[in-house]
Amino acid sequence: MGETLLLGWRQYRLERRMFWRNPSAAFFNFVLPLLFLAAGGALLSGSQHDLNRLIPAIAGMSVMSTTFTALAYNIVFLRERGVLKRIRGTPLPTLSYFGGVAANAVTNTALQITLVILAGRLVFGIGWPQDWLSLVVFVIAGVICLAALGVAFAHVIPNFESMAAYVNAVFLPVVFISFYVFDSSSAPGFLRSIADGLPLKPLIVGLSGAMVTGSGLARNLDELTVIAIWGAFGLYLAVRGFSWERSSG
Amino acid sequence: MSDSTPAIEVSALRKSYGDHEALRGIDITVGRGEVFGLLGPNGAGKTTTVEILEGYRSRSDGEVSVLGHDPAGRSIELRRRIGIVLQAGGIYSHITPREALAHWAGFYRHPRAVEEVLALVGLSDSADMRSRRLSGGQLRRLDFALALIGDPELIFLDEPTTGFDPEARRTAWETIRSLQALGKTILLTTHYLEEAQVLADRVAIVKDGRILAIGAPRELGVGSGAAGNRYNVAYRGPDGEPVEQETDDPTRLLHELTGRALAEGWALEDLSVARPTLEDVYLELTADG
Repeated sequence: MGETLLLGWRQYRLERRMFWRNPSAAFFNFVLPLLFLAAGGALLSGSQHDLNRLIPAIAGMSVMSTTFTALAYNIVFLRERGVLKRIRGTPLPTLSYFGGVAANAVTNTALQITLVILAGRLVFGIGWPQDWLSLVVFVIAGVICLAALGVAFAHVIPNFESMAAYVNAVFLPVVFISFYVFDSSSAPGFLRSIADGLPLKPLIVGLSGAMVTGSGLARNLDELTVIAIWGAFGLYLAVRGFSWERSSG
Repeated sequence: MSDSTPAIEVSALRKSYGDHEALRGIDITVGRGEVFGLLGPNGAGKTTTVEILEGYRSRSDGEVSVLGHDPAGRSIELRRRIGIVLQAGGIYSHITPREALAHWAGFYRHPRAVEEVLALVGLSDSADMRSRRLSGGQLRRLDFALALIGDPELIFLDEPTTGFDPEARRTAWETIRSLQALGKTILLTTHYLEEAQVLADRVAIVKDGRILAIGAPRELGVGSGAAGNRYNVAYRGPDGEPVEQETDDPTRLLHELTGRALAEGWALEDLSVARPTLEDVYLELTADG
């Protein structure tokens, strides 16, 4: 067990180093959500009410981009390049490998959420989060759920060339629907049903409760349940369909 | 350590993908310290065989033992003792060979020194370059280095020199020979005859999922497979035209020929008796139709 942990830690260190050396990964993970935040913040700067809704929405999107998007990209890239296959041929325990990869994604999420909270506090006049426990629980649930779905979704992506199209075909609609329904009380019923059934909007509601309104865990159990169901589904698919190799067909 | 048992034992190995039978009964035994070559055209089943031995693929039927383990069990203990050079294995774009080797070394109990392995494969000068800046040949050397860092007893090389220019190929052969000198067991696949001839102690010719012939490259024409116990006898006939005959009984043929030539008063000019080369055997066995 100790050896598995040690090897996982070494894998994590390697993943961190590789992450920082790849400027485009660093950009998409950190700069892009902050640009959204800056642009949205500038547009909505007259209304504290709107800013209060923008910050948790961006926080939710950050969780999704650092886990779902980043892992889907990463897994497909490593699979298509043959890195996963090579690693599978070594004595590195599978648990150590995925532990390191997952911890890398979680680190990015934590950094990103910290940046969003700091920006909210220092730039957009939102206080510190109201309910730290609820914040931690929702971030962890969101990370597990969206990371698992990202790994599962990597199985669907057939090759490197179509990777961006596949990921964005999911990421962008989910973000738009979730933002829209979260922000607008007049959204059509069917869109509301879709957004409520997907994991991102419940995550944003939970984060909003934790960061802005102070409505704690007890008031957002439905949201947590939706995230947990998606998470269980994602974990099942992630493990079950996992492929270490590019398909030769 | 039970060094007397073979490094690899395969019997009646079969593999089907749906209706397609990729392997139709492969039998191989590779002794410790032996360099064994699987030679055959593309799609013959070489890579399928090797990937079953490496633990990447399951088998449909048959018995397989690699260093005393069933590779289908994917035990970490077995993977500590083998090194794998895949036909196409990638590496992180932003890692240097030195970093990759240092990281990989951590997977093994008794790794070799990073500097030593860099020198062995000839990567010392580019040890600190990012892998995406390395040439194809340098990346292949890195493949070798990563397979060797754990100081494995058994090394799988799946088409290690495909796409190499002649000089790079010769360098790779030197590396493989030095591994052989260290007592490593090597299973090599190739579709280059010369490579099998130069490197392998024994060769199996594979086609359509079957072994057509097996033996030392020099003796492969003898006593095995369709090419059998064949000799090529060439000479000029009574009219001076070149004649070639194949026989599995050269003594009798030569006796007849010399008898006729003496009786009829002509010389067996340019007479030669040759065993088929590996190339002859290979081309005959793997010919379509």
